[in-house]
Amino acid sequence: MTTVEFRKDLFADERDDTLKEIGKPTIRQDILGHVTGRTKYYDDHLFDGLLHMRAVRAPHHHARIRSIDTSQAERMPGVRRVVTAKDVPNNLNTLLSLINFGKDDEPFCAHDKVRFLGETVAWVIADTEALARDAVAHVRVDYEVLPHVLDPEEALKPGAPVVNEVYPNNTYDYHETYDHQKVRFGDVNAAFARADHIVEGEYQMSPIEQAPIETCGAIAAPEQNDRYVCHTNTQALFFSLGTASKLLNIPSSRLHFIGGTVGGGFGGKVDSIVEPTALLGAILTGRPVKFAWDRSEEMQVGAPRGAERWRIRDGVMADGTIIAREFTGFFDSGAYIRLSSYAIIKGAGHLPGPYAIPNVAANIYCCITNRTPATAMRGFGITAVDFAIECHMDKGAEKVGMDPIEFRILNAYRDGDMKVHRRKAKNTALIECCQVAAGKAGWALSPEALAQSSTTGGGVGERGLIPETVTDQEGRIGERRAGRTPDTAPARNGSGRVPAGHAVAAIGAAPVQNPDMEIEIERIGHRIAASQGAPAQGTGQMPAPQSAAPPRPPAPVPAAPQAYVPPAPPQAYVPPVAQRPAPQPPQPPQRPADPAPYTPYAPPTQEPASGQQSDPYSPDKPFSRGVNRPGTSRFLSGTRRR
Amino acid sequence: MAKTPLTFTLNDAETALFVDPGANLLDVLRRGAGDLTPKQGCAQGACGSCTVLIDGEPHLSCLTLAETVQGRRIETVAALAHGPDLHPLQTAFMEGFAAQCGFCTSGMLIAAKALLDRTPNPSRDEVIEAISGNLCRCTGYEPIVDAILVASTRMQGRSS
Repeated sequence: MTTVEFRKDLFADERDDTLKEIGKPTIRQDILGHVTGRTKYYDDHLFDGLLHMRAVRAPHHHARIRSIDTSQAERMPGVRRVVTAKDVPNNLNTLLSLINFGKDDEPFCAHDKVRFLGETVAWVIADTEALARDAVAHVRVDYEVLPHVLDPEEALKPGAPVVNEVYPNNTYDYHETYDHQKVRFGDVNAAFARADHIVEGEYQMSPIEQAPIETCGAIAAPEQNDRYVCHTNTQALFFSLGTASKLLNIPSSRLHFIGGTVGGGFGGKVDSIVEPTALLGAILTGRPVKFAWDRSEEMQVGAPRGAERWRIRDGVMADGTIIAREFTGFFDSGAYIRLSSYAIIKGAGHLPGPYAIPNVAANIYCCITNRTPATAMRGFGITAVDFAIECHMDKGAEKVGMDPIEFRILNAYRDGDMKVHRRKAKNTALIECCQVAAGKAGWALSPEALAQSSTTGGGVGERGLIPETVTDQEGRIGERRAGRTPDTAPARNGSGRVPAGHAVAAIGAAPVQNPDMEIEIERIGHRIAASQGAPAQGTGQMPAPQSAAPPRPPAPVPAAPQAYVPPAPPQAYVPPVAQRPAPQPPQPPQRPADPAPYTPYAPPTQEPASGQQSDPYSPDKPFSRGVNRPGTSRFLSGTRRR
Repeated sequence: MAKTPLTFTLNDAETALFVDPGANLLDVLRRGAGDLTPKQGCAQGACGSCTVLIDGEPHLSCLTLAETVQGRRIETVAALAHGPDLHPLQTAFMEGFAAQCGFCTSGMLIAAKALLDRTPNPSRDEVIEAISGNLCRCTGYEPIVDAILVASTRMQGRSS
C-alpha cells in the first residue's frame, strides 16, 4: 500500500504542524456507498413513465442547414415530441456569459448552420431509448456541405473557411484589439542577439477525451410544487443551474438541481449540455425525461481537452542561464469558444513556467476550427504548455551540455523573483522538488546543485524588478485574415517601450502586487489579517511605489449578532412565457421581533408582465450588445454588474 | 409484441418478470428488478461496469439477453454483504482507497468475487487477469489489485 513520506525538514521555519487530518489514513466518506452499491448516480433514481431523449446530429464538419423535416419522425411509434431550435427559449449556449466574458457565439441547438461533426440539430423524445433512436434516424435534414478546417494554424490563414460568423477571423478577439493574447516582459529580441545558444522546439497535443466510465447524463422531471427537479452528474452544479435558467428562460428558483455524485468527470462534465436538454424535454412533455450520451457521443460530441501546438524559442548562455524565452501557442477551441478563451488567459499567466527568465514574450491564439468544441481537463489551460516547457528544458540542457535536473535548478525561480505577470514569486519549491526527486531516483547531483535553495538568492538586484519592456501592436483583429500579418510569432521589431518598474498604463497590466492577494480579499469582503512585514528586497534599485495600487480600506467591523427577522415575502412572479396563475408563496413562520433595529433585505424588483417585455436574446441579437448597456449581461449578479 | 415471462434467482431471492424480447439483462436488472448496482458505462461490453455473476461466472449483463437467464442464479453487489457485515473485499476496498468515483466498483467487486471463489490464493498476475475486463479511469488499478490481494489473505486467515 502507498505510504506518504513527510519532509518536514524542508521549509521547517514556515511549517505549521497543527495538522489534524493530513498524513493520517482516513476512509473516504463516500466509499461505503461505492462498495455496497448504494451510491446513487443520476441514473439510479426510478421515475414513473420516464421518457428518453436522443439528439439528431450533424454528419458533416461544416454545413448549412437548408431544411429540417421532422414529419416522419413525429408519426413513429412511441414518439412523444420532436424538438428543434425554435423550441429553445433563449437559444444561446455561451457558458461564459454568466460572468460577462465574450460574446454569444453558440446556439444550443443548430438552426441555420452546423459547425462540427455531431452538432445537435434536433431532439426526439420517445417512450424507450430504442424507439427514440429509430425516430432520430427518420429526421430528414437537407445540408449544403461547406469546406471545413480542422487545424488551428490552417484556420488562421487568409483563405480559411469562416467557421463562426461571430468571430470571422477564426480567433477569439482579445481585449477587442488583438487576435491573440500577448505576454511581454523585457526584450526577447535583444536577448536572443547576445545569447550563446538558441534552442527551438515545436510541441503539440491532440484533443484528449476525458472518457469517464459514466457518460454525461441528466434526468429532469416536473415536481409537485411547480418546479422541475434535475438529477445530473455535472461537476458544476451551480453553473448548470445558471445555464439552464438562462437557456430555458425559467427563474432558477423553479429549478431543483440534485447532483454531486459524478462517475468520473476530469473536466468533461463542466459544459452543462445535458441538464438544459433534459429540462427542456420535461417542460415540453410534462413527464420525466432522461437525456444521456452513449459512449460514441461521449467520444465525439463530448467536449475534449482541446488540441494545442506550442513553439518555444530559448536564448541560453554558455553557463546554462536562460535569458530569453518566446512562445507561440495555438489552442484549438473547436467550433465554439466555450471556456477556451479563459484557458488561454490561465495559460498566459503561467508562462514561462517555474523559471526566472528575464525576457519573455508570448503570442497565444484561441483558434476556431470545425472540431468538437473543447473544454477543461485536469490542469485546464496549463497541461500542454507544461509538457512543452519541460521537454524544452531537456533540449536546452542537452544543447549546453548540462545535467537536465541541474539545468532546472539553475534556472528555477526563487522567493522574491519578479514573475512575468508582474507578481513576486512566493513559496517556490521547484529546487527542493528537484533535489528530493533526484535523491529518490538515485540521480547524482553536484554539491553546488544540492546547496541551492528556494529561499535564498531570489529577488536580488534585477531579479526582483520589472524590466523595461518592448511592446508591439502586431496582429490586430482582422489583419491576419487580410494577409497583413503573416507571422504568428511575437514581433521581431517592437513599436513601443514600457519603462522599467511600471506595469500599468501602456499595456493595461495589473499593478504590482504588494503584498500578496489583498486586493482580492477586499473585493470579496474577508477580514484582512495584519501584514506579515515587507517582503525581502534586494540591494538594487527599488521600484517607485505604484500609485495605481488602491490603498487598503480599514477592515470591516463585524456587526453585533441580530435575532433573525425574516424579510417580507417577494411578490408573486408572473413568468412572461406561459399563461399560468401566480403561485402563492408560503407564509414564513412568525418569529419574535428583535428590539434592535434591523433593515430587511429588499426583494428584487418584479419583472415586467408578459407582452410588455422585449426579448433581446434572439439569435439575431448577440448578447454582447447587452440589455442596458453594451457588454452587460442581465444574468450577472452582484458587484459585477457595475 | 408479447412480453416473455422470466424467472430467475437474484441474490438468493426468487424473481419473476415480464421482459421485452431482445431486452438485455442490465436493463432488466436495473429497471425491471430494481437492482441498480450494476452500471451502464458503454452498452458495448468494453468497460465491465455491468458485470454480474450468472451461476457463479462473471458476465457482461449489457450484452446478455435477459431471456437466456431463465432459471439461473444471478448475483450482484447487493449479495456481497451479510446483513450489516461487509464482505472482506468491500472492507479491503474501503481501507485501500480502491475506489474514487465508484462507478467501476460494482463490476470490480463482482469480478474479484468470481476470482476468489475459485482461486482463494491468487497471484498478482491472476488478479490482474481477473479484472482485465473492467476499466477504471480514476485509480490507476494498483489500489484495486492490492485490495483484492489483501482480501484474499484475510479470507484465508479466517477459514484456516
